[in-house]
Amino acid sequence: MTAVGKLFRATAFRLALAILALSAVGAGIVLSVIAWQVVKLVDEEIARTIEAEAKGLIDSYDREGLGGIYTVIETRKRQPGASLYLLTDPAGEPLAGNVEQIPLEVLERPGFVIVSYRTSGGGDRVRQALVRIYKLPPGFLLLVGHDLGDRARVEKVMVRSLAVSLIFFAALAAVGALFVARRVLSRIDDINTSAHGIMSGDLTRRLPVSGSGDELDRLAEGLNEMLGRIGELMQGLREVSDNIAHDLRTPLTRLRNHAEAALAFGGDAAAYRAALEKTIEESDGLIKIFNALLLIARAEAGGDVEALHSFDLGEVAKSVAELYEPIAEEEGVLLKVEAEGKLRVRGNRELIGQTLANLVDNALKYGAPKERAAAQVKPYVVISARRVGGLVALTVADRGPGIAAADRARVLDRFVRLEGSRSRPGSGLGLSLAAAVARMHGGSVELEDNKPGLRVRVVLPAEPAPLQLPAPANGGMDESVAG
Amino acid sequence: MVVYSGMRILIIEDDRDAAAYLAKAFREAGHVVDLAHDGVTGYDMAVEGGYDVAIVDRMLPKMDGLTLVGALRNQRDETPILILSALGQVDDRVKGLRAGGDDYLAKPYAFSELLARVEALARRRPKGAPEETVFRVADLTLDRLSHKVTRAGEEIILQPREFRLLEYLMQNAGKVVTRTMLLEHVWDYHFDPQTNVIDVHVSRLRAKIDRDFDAPLLSTVRGAGYMIRDGGR
Repeated sequence: MTAVGKLFRATAFRLALAILALSAVGAGIVLSVIAWQVVKLVDEEIARTIEAEAKGLIDSYDREGLGGIYTVIETRKRQPGASLYLLTDPAGEPLAGNVEQIPLEVLERPGFVIVSYRTSGGGDRVRQALVRIYKLPPGFLLLVGHDLGDRARVEKVMVRSLAVSLIFFAALAAVGALFVARRVLSRIDDINTSAHGIMSGDLTRRLPVSGSGDELDRLAEGLNEMLGRIGELMQGLREVSDNIAHDLRTPLTRLRNHAEAALAFGGDAAAYRAALEKTIEESDGLIKIFNALLLIARAEAGGDVEALHSFDLGEVAKSVAELYEPIAEEEGVLLKVEAEGKLRVRGNRELIGQTLANLVDNALKYGAPKERAAAQVKPYVVISARRVGGLVALTVADRGPGIAAADRARVLDRFVRLEGSRSRPGSGLGLSLAAAVARMHGGSVELEDNKPGLRVRVVLPAEPAPLQLPAPANGGMDESVAG
Repeated sequence: MVVYSGMRILIIEDDRDAAAYLAKAFREAGHVVDLAHDGVTGYDMAVEGGYDVAIVDRMLPKMDGLTLVGALRNQRDETPILILSALGQVDDRVKGLRAGGDDYLAKPYAFSELLARVEALARRRPKGAPEETVFRVADLTLDRLSHKVTRAGEEIILQPREFRLLEYLMQNAGKVVTRTMLLEHVWDYHFDPQTNVIDVHVSRLRAKIDRDFDAPLLSTVRGAGYMIRDGGR
């Protein structure tokens, strides 16, 4: 494809050509109207002159008869820029004037007439004039006229200026079209080049934005946003593989060591058995981490729309609370649930349930006050679900040491385990799963100070209220939607 | 105690190693096993019929697992099917059950989990039979209609969730029920709780039904789960 061919195929260029054609027609019409108006003005001026001259001549005829008018005509015709005069007898024979030859039938026509004529004395050019015939009693005819040379000149000027302006205009428009087309083309080429660069692997590259805010910019910005989102997802996946490489190696090494040690030093059947049990235990732990990572990645990728249901978040809060209540009691922690009814949310009940379970699990694990004996507060964990405007907030609050403000953003990342928690079981994935699940549902996770303790708030958009249905007679609200 | 004669199990799994291991383990547990290594063969064998349970891997050569299950259900074949999958996420589970599977287990799994689930599936078999309304194990009775539980004629008061826990255990009396099975059927969640929440619930239940009696009925099966049965055999 040649550059010119490309230019002609460019939308911008074709658009510019169309605009050029339209504006040329428009300019032509405007200039023609002006020309027509000017010519009309000149004609009227000439007609007024003719009438004024004729009045003077007729006056002198009325006053002084034939001799008088003859003298006036003879005087006037010698002045420069003179009008045309012709006085004839009733038979049409010229008596006085400066018109040499004029078609006879003109003398019969009333009103202003345009005629061709020859002047007496002056060359043999045929000229155009506007004339009018006046009848003088008893039958003489007086022709007064004015040359139309001025009008022709005006017309010529108008035509010339029309032509010049059209040419000028066309040139300007062509240059403009070329410029716009080339500019647009070059920007599109830039975008194309960038797109190919991104395709060939440079995922950090973005499409150029000129900053003018035009539609190409908007397009590029939209595409850049899309690339950013894709980049985030890719980054997430990359992190998962990095994390797997990093954090799964340790338990894998342990697993291998157990097996190796059993082979190398294992003695009786009981020792082998113990080693095998240890191996299974380690691999179960690995599987759990692995599943959690996949779940997070899956949630971050947006999840499956098919798995979304409308369900009552209050019911989830209650069922998870009830699931953990005996364990809390065993640990001497008071587990309370405060759930409003009818907190409709559209989402993945399974994932949200698991998220809440993880949070409660964390709260029970880390949420006990540091020095139990010294603590005045009885350890407790509160799960609450309530509506806040168009949002639904699911909160798990404990009375533990909490998380320092500086660490709050960090703990939402995968595998981040704060000092002091490393000695306890856990993978450091609970909060990242919560964050991923919240994001997947268009919500967020906030960590707050419970004074003392940690309060984790999972904020989700509430489902818009459906059409009001008659309330069920039995007020039961345990309509769980199975995943 | 009910003695289980072996079941006939069809395993459709293309990983020959895994299939051979499963076959060995199920035979060890007293069942009869047939193997198929691709979807088409598996489908033909399943249609021949006579299996108590089919275990279908989700990704199979020639015909994938979900298609196979769907085709069987279209033939009005009601063989209980457990779908095995390496995908294992919530969404996939939904798809598997929607396609007509009766249960779903993600790889990797513990064999004890698979065994417990397969045995629980086989029990559902006689479809036309009316559902039992009263479960009995030794002197423990659970009435599903009146929600009444008695042991040796004495009424035992249970919380609603404890009732459902016991109901599920008794429905599968004599068979191992795993922790995840309990979480699925009693709480309707399919995730793996990090701590031993289920154990605590079970031990509470045990305190109510077993503590004051000589013969314990609810026993822990090491490395697998729980079982309720007439221990006084």
